[in-house]
Amino acid sequence: MLDQLVPVMILFVVTVVFAGGLIFLTAIVGQKAKKSEVKLMPYECGLPGQESGSTKIPVKFYLTAISFILFDLEVVFLYPWTLVFAENVQALGGPLLISMGFFMGILIYGLIYEWRVGGLEWD
Amino acid sequence: MGSDLVEVSINTIKMLAIFLMMIQAVPMLVWVERRGSAFIQRRFGPNRVGPLGLFQLLADAVKFIFKENFVPKNAVKFLYLAAPVLALIPAALTFTAIPLSTPVEVASFELFGQSWGPYVFQFRGFEMNIGIIYILGVGSLGVYGLLIAGWASGNKYSLLGAIRASAQMISYELALGLSIVGILMIYGTFDLVELIGSQTGHLQFSFSGKEYHVGFLPNWGIFFQPLGALLFLVSAFAESNRLPFDLPEAEAELVAGFHTEYGGFKMLVFFMGEYGHMMVASALFAIFYLGGYHIPFVSVDSVKEFFLSTEMFGTSTLASLMTALVFHLSLLFKVIFLLWVFVWVRWTLPRFKYDRLMSLGWKTMLPWALVNTIVTALFIYYSKVSG
Repeated sequence: MLDQLVPVMILFVVTVVFAGGLIFLTAIVGQKAKKSEVKLMPYECGLPGQESGSTKIPVKFYLTAISFILFDLEVVFLYPWTLVFAENVQALGGPLLISMGFFMGILIYGLIYEWRVGGLEWD
Repeated sequence: MGSDLVEVSINTIKMLAIFLMMIQAVPMLVWVERRGSAFIQRRFGPNRVGPLGLFQLLADAVKFIFKENFVPKNAVKFLYLAAPVLALIPAALTFTAIPLSTPVEVASFELFGQSWGPYVFQFRGFEMNIGIIYILGVGSLGVYGLLIAGWASGNKYSLLGAIRASAQMISYELALGLSIVGILMIYGTFDLVELIGSQTGHLQFSFSGKEYHVGFLPNWGIFFQPLGALLFLVSAFAESNRLPFDLPEAEAELVAGFHTEYGGFKMLVFFMGEYGHMMVASALFAIFYLGGYHIPFVSVDSVKEFFLSTEMFGTSTLASLMTALVFHLSLLFKVIFLLWVFVWVRWTLPRFKYDRLMSLGWKTMLPWALVNTIVTALFIYYSKVSG
């Protein structure tokens, strides 16, 4: 298993060297213009921006991330089950389906609950 | 990766070649996108540099290198420069794990007074027996590049764009992950080569003890999982931040989203990452639902026999190589068509509103993906058990 990851590591380094090298190249051969205060300001249309980059973020995004973690973990559990199900459905059949049906039931109940308390509403 | 010198070196060269293949496809795709949009909007598009404007992007790339590489005042310098690289890494790592054609079998040969044994080279960057899990896992790391880019730029437009992008990507990742559970249940494997191998021949399935054969249709996954295919395609659009889901860079509200402060080659590296994601998504769709590199009703053996019977490619090594190339063209054809769909949709559909986008992801795609999973499980259960 671990030797399958050696090429991944090599390619990782190659990608970093390739993209990093090209960006570094532009720093060397690229145009060297005079830097002024105005040029280095963050982009803004019209008046200079009042807010800094670390502005406040709507709490909705955190909620989305939390529900994502919950549901994504549950989806991850489905993957090993697919293999087991495909291989053993003829031998084991019912119990395999029911056990996962129970799990899916919890997943769907969670989704319905979140929907009903308004966790999925935007605004 | 291999055991002796020839195998290791060829595998490394092959991996780098496939990586560069992805990189060099980006100018072509940008050309297709610009010419395609011009074609749809009855304009000319870039048509001056080279035949049909094909060298436009090469000229652009050279120009990008000579652009000034400057960092805005508020930016966090290291992360600001590292973000484009981080956006490219997942695209490169996933694309090389995709099987592009049938394996090339090299018969034993003599070199430097030594005989080198028969080899089998897979037509992919590296071999992975859990390819699907690997691609989904690494592919979802793409959100970090965007998030870091937006945060490190020190601009509120960038930050808002990055947060939108990450919220959108994680929301649609659920639907993406769930939409392929059905196809995994049907084929029962995480190996992409096995998955492609079970989609050969004509459409056949068994239901409650009876075998059904549909002679005029290929045995593709899309006929077993039409809803799954649709959900996968829509999620793939949202995952690669393409119109109608390109809210992260809605130019009317956010200037350019997370790459507002990026210019020159840093911008181009972001582009490579985005087009790389599109290529991976198209290739995955082709593999899951359109039979991968297989040509409908043509078996690998028959193509190989044809090449063996010709005089030019009479040896088994050359015949195997030519077969791999023929099937590679078949995959390319499907991928190019799907990439054209990406361009086509971009210039056909308007952009969503952000709340509609999120509610589509959570309230439509996710429930339908669950329904698809349950229905597929019940179908498999009834066809296998009660039969």
